[in-house]
Amino acid sequence: MKQLREAMGAWLALVVYLPLFVLIAVLSLAWAEEQGAAILIWVAVLAFVGWQFVDTLAGWSDVPTAARVVAPFALGAVVLIGWEVIVRALDVPSVILPPPSQITGTFLSNMPTLWADFVQTILKGAMSGYVVGCLLAFGVAILVDRYDFLRRGLLPVGNFMAALPIVGTAPILVMWFGFDWQSKAAVVVVMVFFPMLVNIVAGLADTSAMQRDLMRTYSASYWQTLMTLRLPAALPFVFNGLKVSATLALIGAIVAEFFGSPTVGLGFRINASLGQLALDMVWSVIVVAALAGSLLYGFLTVLERWLTFWHPSQRR
Amino acid sequence: MTSGAGNRFGRAVLPVLAVVATLLSVWYVAVVPMNVKEVLTQAEREGAVVVPPSAAERRDSGRWSLVFANSHLLGASWSMDRSRLPAPHQVARELWASTWVEETTGRRGIVRSGSLSNRSLVYHGGVTLGATVLGFVIGSVMGVLLAVGIVYNRAMDLSVMPWAIISQTIPIVALAPMIIVVLYSVGLSGLVAKAAISAYLSFFPVAVGMVKGLRSPDAMQLDLLRTYSAGKAQSFWKLRLPASVPYLFASLKIAIAASLVGAIVGELPVQRGGLGARMLGGSYYGQTEQIWAALIVAAVMAAGLVWLIGWIERRTLKAMGAQP
Repeated sequence: MKQLREAMGAWLALVVYLPLFVLIAVLSLAWAEEQGAAILIWVAVLAFVGWQFVDTLAGWSDVPTAARVVAPFALGAVVLIGWEVIVRALDVPSVILPPPSQITGTFLSNMPTLWADFVQTILKGAMSGYVVGCLLAFGVAILVDRYDFLRRGLLPVGNFMAALPIVGTAPILVMWFGFDWQSKAAVVVVMVFFPMLVNIVAGLADTSAMQRDLMRTYSASYWQTLMTLRLPAALPFVFNGLKVSATLALIGAIVAEFFGSPTVGLGFRINASLGQLALDMVWSVIVVAALAGSLLYGFLTVLERWLTFWHPSQRR
Repeated sequence: MTSGAGNRFGRAVLPVLAVVATLLSVWYVAVVPMNVKEVLTQAEREGAVVVPPSAAERRDSGRWSLVFANSHLLGASWSMDRSRLPAPHQVARELWASTWVEETTGRRGIVRSGSLSNRSLVYHGGVTLGATVLGFVIGSVMGVLLAVGIVYNRAMDLSVMPWAIISQTIPIVALAPMIIVVLYSVGLSGLVAKAAISAYLSFFPVAVGMVKGLRSPDAMQLDLLRTYSAGKAQSFWKLRLPASVPYLFASLKIAIAASLVGAIVGELPVQRGGLGARMLGGSYYGQTEQIWAALIVAAVMAAGLVWLIGWIERRTLKAMGAQP
């Protein structure tokens, strides 16, 4: 009986809701301009059908992963189609909210500009600062680990600094290091340093007394213990810090450009396009930033899975 | 008793004081090379003999070599106006002048005009604090509501949760200037626009943390409630919600810090008061002391807000009977 109901559910999802969803989407896209305020009802119906589709698919226990993959796309489709048709039907001026189709067009026709901005802000500014900041935090973390006095002194200061709006140092660092990417890298170094430090130190403390005693019975030196036991054990914490810092690095590099930049870069492009009320360009820049952030995060996740395969959270 | 207190001082407070003192002395030393070129230009104007005599030569030579060549002329390093790096006491003086002195004796201060001076950091800090707190409250409430929806609705969990996680990996703050300008053009300005950014930034950490918290009761506890034949509402109020409180506070601390950053960045495009406006104004006009003072106010505010949430957390957990 249960199996029958599930099979019915799957049938309902695939044969009724999916075609209905596509049909409503296509019709609303085709006739958006003639609808006026009635488009809101269309979007509500679209969202309802999408929700029913995901819900019935999720109840189908034969392929639980199918719903897991399809559901985010369904929501994304509802949001994008709703955005597009509402903007077109209600004639929202594009200086307030451009439709996704226009943003896509701007994005595709301005690829070279956006690529130059990406290189300037993400590769030169954010990534160089990210690498330097993480290495610096690593060095200080080793010092903190070796000397107890530093641990008691630096850790409270580091915890305090990690919660501060460090992005406020951007105007000062831009003044010191000039308008080019070096100042953005400096902001990123300061921003990622403290979260990384706190995470690495916490990670290095994450071995049990028994494990360390074992290393002592092998008469391992400090560095041998560090390299073969404590550093691998710290990796989950390190990756946690790396992920948090990755977002911070992008934020730092973009916001620092609001305080002065050469005429290239994502933050500069946002400010300049806002001045011309070219919101489709601003949205394109945001798409670039979002892609960069997700790619970096995805890369770190893959690296983490590869390096910390032994950790319980990575086992399947 | 006394030895306990002394021990605590030696183990906890002394190292922190040592680190802070080291940082301050590094700062004082760094003032000299950072400002050396401006100091030497000023000394030359006053008639002193500077070692590479031409300004062009000085521009191309290293800061430390200038310091060692002109060590007798460097007394002004710690009292320059508009210096590249102001000394700590200069920042402290600016802080004092733009808060207490401005309000008590200034023409526009609260004592003589009855309202807070628009030149004082008290006023600008208040502007930022208002937007931060309003946005934080809105964002947190929305985040908790979304989390409840995610935990109790399977379709919502499957469709919304991945986006909530992805949204944490992208620099949302890049949206801030656009939100400000767009809301400004539809007639919403100032507090509401900044609060919208703060709310947006604090929304996702709270939602993600709260989902984790509401799911933290294990199967055994949920089964126990089922044997009591507790309904969904009862298991929410009596088990899931209390279990989520530690997670909630951990994410509230992240959210309030993010909210403050959002408010500061939101003040950059429209210069209508606030700490972000002070920082940008300072960087336009080379008023470094003003930037540093605004930065310190922002830091104190962040620390105070995080501490306040920690205090509420301790009170709440104590009232709930948690073991310290």
